[in-house]
Amino acid sequence: MAEELAEALLPASGAPMVDIRKLWSVFETPEKRFVVHQDLDLTVQRGEVLSIVGGSGSGKTVLLRQILGLESPTKGEIFVLGQPVGQLGRKGAASRIGMLFQHGALFSAFSVLENIAFPLRELRTLPSALVREAAMVKLQMVGLKPEDGDKMPSDLSGGMIKRAALARALIMDPPLLLLDEPTAGLDPDSSDGFVTLLRSLHRELELTVIMVTHDLDTLFELSTRIAVVADRRVIVAAAPKDVIAFQHPFIHDFFLGERGQRAMELLREYPFAV
Amino acid sequence: MATPPWMHPDFMPDFTPRIEQQPAPEGVRLRVLGQWTAAQFAQPRLLKTLRAGLAGTSAQQAWDLSEAEQLDHVGAQLLWDQWGRQWPSNLALLPQQKAVLERVARFTVVPPKPRKTTWMGSYLALGAWVLHAGDHLKSFVRLIGQLALNLGTLARAPQEGPWRDLTGHIYRIGATALPITALVGFLIGVVLAYLTSQQLRQFGADAYIVNILGIALIRELGPMLAAILIAGRSGSAITAQIGVMRVTDELDAMRVMGISHSFRLVMPRAMALAVVMPLISVWTTLCALAGGMLAADVSLGITPTFFLNALPQAVSIGNLGLATSKSVVFGMLIALIGCHFGLRVQPNTQSLGEGTTASVVTSITVVILVDALFAVLFKEVGI
Repeated sequence: MAEELAEALLPASGAPMVDIRKLWSVFETPEKRFVVHQDLDLTVQRGEVLSIVGGSGSGKTVLLRQILGLESPTKGEIFVLGQPVGQLGRKGAASRIGMLFQHGALFSAFSVLENIAFPLRELRTLPSALVREAAMVKLQMVGLKPEDGDKMPSDLSGGMIKRAALARALIMDPPLLLLDEPTAGLDPDSSDGFVTLLRSLHRELELTVIMVTHDLDTLFELSTRIAVVADRRVIVAAAPKDVIAFQHPFIHDFFLGERGQRAMELLREYPFAV
Repeated sequence: MATPPWMHPDFMPDFTPRIEQQPAPEGVRLRVLGQWTAAQFAQPRLLKTLRAGLAGTSAQQAWDLSEAEQLDHVGAQLLWDQWGRQWPSNLALLPQQKAVLERVARFTVVPPKPRKTTWMGSYLALGAWVLHAGDHLKSFVRLIGQLALNLGTLARAPQEGPWRDLTGHIYRIGATALPITALVGFLIGVVLAYLTSQQLRQFGADAYIVNILGIALIRELGPMLAAILIAGRSGSAITAQIGVMRVTDELDAMRVMGISHSFRLVMPRAMALAVVMPLISVWTTLCALAGGMLAADVSLGITPTFFLNALPQAVSIGNLGLATSKSVVFGMLIALIGCHFGLRVQPNTQSLGEGTTASVVTSITVVILVDALFAVLFKEVGI
């Protein structure tokens, strides 16, 4: 019964969370024309943790920005939560998509708690005591302590910045969460802690997660599906073990090189991913 | 079991969060309906209606959440607060909702009471303000001292000086400021000449316009106008540049490399402004005089030839020296104040904005103060 109810909340039940069709991204300079994506297709179903991997310059972050509506594609369509992506930026967008930027993008003039509360406060209808309490709940959900709320972003460590930014992304309980390099720049301990946190939040909040990452540990610990962007399109989007088995030079280099050996060990260690 | 309403084909769900009271054997049963989410609460006046509906309810009553469309953490928070932060004894809910409410229950903390302002608090705040101002003064004096030491270092080893920086600053602060200072100077000259010409004509003292314009522009207004323009234009730029270097850790990187901030950042700027300021001041004065000369010709019929011939008699040469030395001081002060506020910027955007504003306001104020000081001092000396 819980599942039925949950279905009814989303704008279009049964529709994929993100649906990208025949996407073209072309960047033009006076001298040259770069085709980054060519007829790229990708769908993300509810409840998935989809990782996008690819070489540098393959347009992973561009893809993420296009899903967010920060950049518009040259050709093709992107539907997010069943709606064209252009309609997402309206008021209350924070209740549809949460985004964790690579460097957190916390507002440096606000304290941590004010940062987390910002999307709620911008609704301008909620009493400030309620906003404060709701922000405090999210602050602790991501593993920060209540007293961290009064700190300024400049006083936080890298891991704490990511956690605070994650709390801000989740403040309105969006069904879709986008992560850009969630563990980049974190030490292994904080990185592991953050991955554990993401996994538990994914389970508890029934989130759909799309992330771009280079970190193989993160990739295998979190992803239920991996989409590989190469040759200007998604060459394969499948479960981790099927992706590794896929024959392509990029995949061979990325997964089966020196790092890949470690990756394979990890794959055995984390049956969750497979 | 009856078919739930949402399975009926004509069912159109109503997402508006609301409370319905239903008679039940144990008294009144409160049914929570609709989407209890932050996005729904964003509707104007909805929360007010909802709170009116919630008034008088408590955890002692029977609650039924199982028919709610959705309950997010904000909605759960609202209910939890309404229940007085305790679980109702009679509560029907779905496992998913239970999980959300349990998280809210676990993490809700009692907010600390806001501190009231007391006399003691205000007194301490005043003390903190005085100490803060004292700290500013101290670090400004230290900056001046450091500049003097750096100039000594430079004199001993001139080949190691930051000469490229110096010429760059001279170009950016000086050469690029020529058009704007010319325009402002010219217009001020025109306005001043028109205003005084009307008064002078009443007394038939037309020829004295040369004296008035000469003294006012060369001795006071020229240097002052130039200084105020440069303070607004370059003082702010200096603070912003150094401030951004703080925000992006560039200042720390320099220190790690063993490069002194004051030698590489403060000294070239102070030297550049000390060189540029008198030049800009002379340029502004010339443009203002040209404007005044033109207006005097048009309104009083005083020809430029007469104006130029009468000027040396009206303004003694001492005024030029005074104006130039004043400008050197203004330039150094603007640079030092700009650097002072730039170096004190904290690594956040708010502080950067505050520092830039404070820098411009302080440098303009200081320029006017020092100008007044010069006026008083040199009146006594008699130049």
